[in-house]
Amino acid sequence: MSSANLTEQYYDLHEHAHPDGYSTTLGFWIYLMSDCLIFGMLFATYAVLGGNYAGGPAPKDLFELPLVALNTSLLLFSSITYGFAMIAMQNGNKKGLTAWLLLTLMFGLGFLSIELFEFHNLIEEGAGPQRSAFLSAFFTLVGTHGLHVTFGSIWLVTLLFQVNKHGLTDANKRRLSCLSLFWHFLDVVWIGVFTFVYLMGVLR
Amino acid sequence: MADHSHGHDAHGHDSAAFHATTKDYVIGFLLSVVLTAIPFWLVMSGAIADKSTTGLIIMAFAAVQVVVHMIYFLHMNGKIEGGWNLMAALFTILLVAIILAGSAWVMFHLNYNMMSDMPKMDGMS
Repeated sequence: MSSANLTEQYYDLHEHAHPDGYSTTLGFWIYLMSDCLIFGMLFATYAVLGGNYAGGPAPKDLFELPLVALNTSLLLFSSITYGFAMIAMQNGNKKGLTAWLLLTLMFGLGFLSIELFEFHNLIEEGAGPQRSAFLSAFFTLVGTHGLHVTFGSIWLVTLLFQVNKHGLTDANKRRLSCLSLFWHFLDVVWIGVFTFVYLMGVLR
Repeated sequence: MADHSHGHDAHGHDSAAFHATTKDYVIGFLLSVVLTAIPFWLVMSGAIADKSTTGLIIMAFAAVQVVVHMIYFLHMNGKIEGGWNLMAALFTILLVAIILAGSAWVMFHLNYNMMSDMPKMDGMS
């Protein structure tokens, strides 16, 4: 960048070229907040229907906390590895960024595999979403979160290709920042899920 | 490299919202591990006999952990985007609180009022 003969004033002008990215982050944040409302409603649905077992199995009979603990730790690890990816990005370290993103992807896919395994077991046991209002609400809430992680993973793969092809351009950095918000946001939602659905469910 | 301009002065330039530091992430991560491990341990070991006390404690841990994630992972503060991020988040939290508390309040009263007609509804405890 040739900023040698630009005065302070021109820096302001230069920054005017950036409102694009600037508003993208805010816009993306507002999207996340609307997503938060969706999860809020699904949590409310679960709160209302979570006790209606229709004579079927209760959370206590179904949930395996060690598995949930493993899942929770995978997601938490993926959060910090994504954080390190962002730091590598800030330092312009493309290799580091790629490595951390790949690690994040592994954790994300691990999380999804365990969740699918859990869903599979539940359905095999006859505790599918059609069994009771509790299970419908459970599958909707946890499944919606899982779908978000799925799309986050697809997005992550896309960005890996983007960064590989175009390098650390401003646009790619902006995309990576948005995915960072998305990914950490999903971890926040998961706090609600493991506390409210799994732990409280087993306590019930 | 053309974009070596990522030194200190260019920091707030295209990544204004992300003053991420390794320290932040490590602190956030360690706090999250503790805040996650304790509720799991409480429920799995049954350390506290009274279930509603355990419930309240793990809810409190979750609330604290959400704040920790907001600060250390999502880098929330009153300054980024001129405070609009924080305003949007607070507004959303308010809406979610109304949705949750309102639904629970209305529907539990409904269950309560209908209990005499449908004794089975409450019989699974």
